[in-house]
Amino acid sequence: MSAAATGYRATATMPILAEVRRQASRRRTQLALGFMALLPVIILLAFEFGGDGDDDNGGGAFASLVDLATSGGLNFALFSIFVSAGFLLVVVVALFCGDTVASEASWGSLRYLLAVPVPRARLLGVKLIVALGYSLLALLTLAGTALLIGTLRYGWHPLGSTVAAEIPAGEGVLRLLAILGYLAVVLLVVAGLAFLLSVLTDAALGAVGGAVLLWILSGILDQITALGSIRNFLPTHYSDAWLGLLSTPVQTDDVVKGAISAVCYATVFWALAFYRFTRKDITS
Amino acid sequence: MAGSVALVLVAALVGWAALPERRSWTATDQRLTVLSGPSGTEPVALDTRLYLPSDGGKVPAVLLGHGFGGTKNSVRDDAESLADRGYAVLTWTARGFGASGGEIHLNSPDYEVRDAQRLLDWLAAQPRVRTDAAGDPRVGVVGGSYGGALALLLAAQDPRVDAIVPLITWNDLGRAFFPQSAAEVTTPGVFKKNWAGLFFGSGAESPGGRTDPACGRFAADVCAAYLKMATTGTPDAATTALLQRSSPAPVLNRIKAPTLLIQGAVDTLFPLSEADANAKGIAATGTPVRVAWFTGGHDGGSGPQTDQDRTKFLTAQWLDHYVSRDGAAPENSFTYSRVAGFSALDRGLVTNGYSDPAYPGLTGTGRADVTVRGAAQPIANPPNGNPGGLSSLPGVGGQLSSLLGSVAGDLPGQHAQFDSAPVADAIEVVGAPTVRLRAASPTGSATLFVKLYDVDPNGTATLSGGLIAPVRLTGLPTDVAAARPVTVTLPAIVRRIDAGHLVRVTVATSDQAFLTPPDPVTYTVAVEPAVTLPTAVGTPIANPQVVWRYVLLAVLGLIVAGLVVVLIVRRRRLRRQDAPTVDEYAETPLVVRGLRKAYGDGFVAVERVDFTVERGQVVGLLGPNGAGKTTTLRVLMGLTMPTEGDALVFGHRLEPGSPVLSRVGALVEGPGFLPHLTGLQNLHAYWQATGRPAADARFDEALEIAGLGDSVHRRTKNYSHGMRQRLAIAQAMLGLPELLVLDEPTDGLDPPQIAEMRRVLKRYATDGRAVLVSSHLLAEVEQTCTHAVVVNKGRIVAAGPVEDIVGESPSVQLDVSDVAAAEQVLAGLNVRSVTPEGATGLIVDMNGTPRTEVVASLVRAGVGVDRVVPRRRLEDAFLALVGDNSRGSGDR
Repeated sequence: MSAAATGYRATATMPILAEVRRQASRRRTQLALGFMALLPVIILLAFEFGGDGDDDNGGGAFASLVDLATSGGLNFALFSIFVSAGFLLVVVVALFCGDTVASEASWGSLRYLLAVPVPRARLLGVKLIVALGYSLLALLTLAGTALLIGTLRYGWHPLGSTVAAEIPAGEGVLRLLAILGYLAVVLLVVAGLAFLLSVLTDAALGAVGGAVLLWILSGILDQITALGSIRNFLPTHYSDAWLGLLSTPVQTDDVVKGAISAVCYATVFWALAFYRFTRKDITS
Repeated sequence: MAGSVALVLVAALVGWAALPERRSWTATDQRLTVLSGPSGTEPVALDTRLYLPSDGGKVPAVLLGHGFGGTKNSVRDDAESLADRGYAVLTWTARGFGASGGEIHLNSPDYEVRDAQRLLDWLAAQPRVRTDAAGDPRVGVVGGSYGGALALLLAAQDPRVDAIVPLITWNDLGRAFFPQSAAEVTTPGVFKKNWAGLFFGSGAESPGGRTDPACGRFAADVCAAYLKMATTGTPDAATTALLQRSSPAPVLNRIKAPTLLIQGAVDTLFPLSEADANAKGIAATGTPVRVAWFTGGHDGGSGPQTDQDRTKFLTAQWLDHYVSRDGAAPENSFTYSRVAGFSALDRGLVTNGYSDPAYPGLTGTGRADVTVRGAAQPIANPPNGNPGGLSSLPGVGGQLSSLLGSVAGDLPGQHAQFDSAPVADAIEVVGAPTVRLRAASPTGSATLFVKLYDVDPNGTATLSGGLIAPVRLTGLPTDVAAARPVTVTLPAIVRRIDAGHLVRVTVATSDQAFLTPPDPVTYTVAVEPAVTLPTAVGTPIANPQVVWRYVLLAVLGLIVAGLVVVLIVRRRRLRRQDAPTVDEYAETPLVVRGLRKAYGDGFVAVERVDFTVERGQVVGLLGPNGAGKTTTLRVLMGLTMPTEGDALVFGHRLEPGSPVLSRVGALVEGPGFLPHLTGLQNLHAYWQATGRPAADARFDEALEIAGLGDSVHRRTKNYSHGMRQRLAIAQAMLGLPELLVLDEPTDGLDPPQIAEMRRVLKRYATDGRAVLVSSHLLAEVEQTCTHAVVVNKGRIVAAGPVEDIVGESPSVQLDVSDVAAAEQVLAGLNVRSVTPEGATGLIVDMNGTPRTEVVASLVRAGVGVDRVVPRRRLEDAFLALVGDNSRGSGDR
């Protein structure tokens, strides 16, 4: 005799589509995605109405990304990514991944999901997949909107950068996709960290803020050159390596190392999250 | 938790950084006095340090020289890494520098070179140093710049040297300081005043001792030669002889030690042509020579990491084979690197390495011809070279990116420009380009600087390495039409001129790094259209970093494999969970056996709880707050793991995620809803999460029970406490589970709703279903439940059918007018105990004596009876828990 109620299958619980809808109905999701679409518009307006500022932000050769931002749709998209990669995308990914379990815990709905019963590992797995999906959607929304309105306003031109020759528009799209791909991989660390904290705490804000805070801490430590080769092990150390994808030929060494670092960190964080969640007492 | 993780990480990082390094060698500082000079009898004290590998017997040695102005400490890193490889490394401060004695003779064969010979003698006498013969140590000589020239000169002068690795050094010091790029012109070139001044300045320091303000620690002849050439801008015979004496050029044919020449492509002091001349001169006698270029040098510094790794590897390979003689023979290939862009991480340069089967010299393995256009143009020489054009910043060093960028600048009126059309295909320039120049001068002579720019489509012109070709021409006509073209060999560069870029040849009259004629004069210059660019198509050197790609693949593979293993294990475990574990309880909704739950902090929430819920029963779990009711229910929901004992639902042991939980509906510790969804949406979202068919949910029945009316279409965050509670009960009943577990279900309900809820629960427990209700309210359990389990302080104090427990208890509460008299009367009756309560009350355990008889006896004895209240068992039990405790709860 089957143990379960008729119609119940553990593998059918918590369908991914249901979780997608569950998250989509949340204001937080709508606002975050909406902002990702709005940001390029704001940047565009800033370029349109802003005067000619003459401040060098000290970014060295890459400061030219600012000067080149209005040279075409691809460059505009690149600039939008450049300004968001350091902080905004981190916050958004931390939001999607850090809030997902902790908010259910704080609403008290987590215990009812577990009593369905949704197997704990399945619950985490579905939550993680959907959170990552939304993170990716945010990234693509940002890039897509920027590319669209940038192209409409500034035209379809080769991807320019002062570190290398101009990249033809067709290949420029590939480079842009590669950059997005690398950013997505690097952000897996944030996703992993936020998800782990989300499992450890019932306070959604704590998980999101904690992940961002630790990311910033790593960034600060990375600035301290006295730490030497230890810095190579910081999760943020290779976060800018995607800039290497702009040069010709493409510099992939740091990108590969960054990917290894990110994948390892993310795996460790997720493994810890699953280990902890499948064993802990749910007290919320 | 997160904070502590961060703390541990930081602590680990700091701890690692502070760990002492493990050394595989020992270093000994020693002042050695050697006899040197032309006669070989002048003593000079040299400040030396010998690095010896810690283990092993006799080892080969390396004599490691430093650059001009340095000391033995400048080469410490290289010495340590060679010592790590098992070489005895002798470093010393050359005479005239640092703590060594003597004067600077500029690598004179009689002084510096002889000093080094004496050091070889000393090395041969060291017990740990391997020797080829008595007094002949097995030794390689390595050094950069000043040390590199010493290596060449020493190898030429002393056959005991087994191999040399001179880096970024000169071939002919006269040519280095008076470069002349025009072919077939014997006039000395243009004085490289900036570099010469820097050189001289770095030798002028005199720590104590001698204080000659003009000459510092330079020997008198060297000092005089410098002063003279810096004043006039042309070397006289004595100066030329002195510079020649300090140059390897005349003695290259005597070098028999295999030579690895490493030269920098960003070096305006000793450009690639110096190494080229050395290579040709040494190879002419059949001595093995290998050449490598890297993107660095006196201007460019040590170059990017990949280049440093490559040169370090080549050096080690050379020494291992020719000195240690245990390595494989190095190939004869020529390796070089080209700038690929900037590193995204540290803003440094990134280069790609290339290799050619053999050293092609400066003329490349192929050539590309471009045509530049432009009419003859007049250009003015500024008086005293001021203002002057800028091409490099001697002595700044390491500013690689800025040097390759936009530092270079020509001044209007002082330069002529000749541009090519955009090149159709990219040109890989490797070597020295040549142009043909025609110049006319009213004075008959002209000092000119020829440069080759790479101009990108945006118009940004880049001067590779800041390298320019100075020419000094004499015997010029006054009319350019009459001028004979001279071939100008530009400095050798490694550069890719991308398709669409222009090649620009610029001829300028001034450069801040050089001494130009003081008088103003206007030249006319023209460049012949044909510009020859030597090219080479090197094989890209496999970047050792490529290994990380395989690491990445391996990591991903491992993760996938790990995931598969975990999934398989999990699936197996799930299958095991499906099997009923205790058949005898297969029809019993709930059996709790010896349940105990102790929390991590030692608090025991449940000591021991056993009870059973049968089909058709409504069981009340009654106890004061903190009795352990909720913890018990949490275990039943699979939210909490019991410390001991277990709970069986229809014979299946409950664990987190047990499938049998799908037959249990629950309300535990209040409702939990998504605040932004309506009540109905919440129920639907919950049911979707179960993955069961929507038809099984019985939404209508559940909604009827909730009785929320139109409010189900409002967001739950606007619900009152009672509405949420009813919605939660409805959610628990979705799908009509066979066992319903409700924690304090009437919390927040008003009396009519409570009454309704009682009816609902009673009705629910038909058709073989069962309900478990927890409550701290006696009346609620009494009125709703068929059975009751009373818990206190984690233990069961009473259990059974409610009517059994509620049934009349043997005790009675009496309120009497005279307590003392009453006690006397009661003592005479057959009662078990009498306990006073309050001023007028007595609790009497009747022990079977009828109440009528007790009342009659009291009245007979003249005691007035105000009240006779029969007590019930459940109340007894409950009060026994609470007892006289004024706190009235089960707080522990």
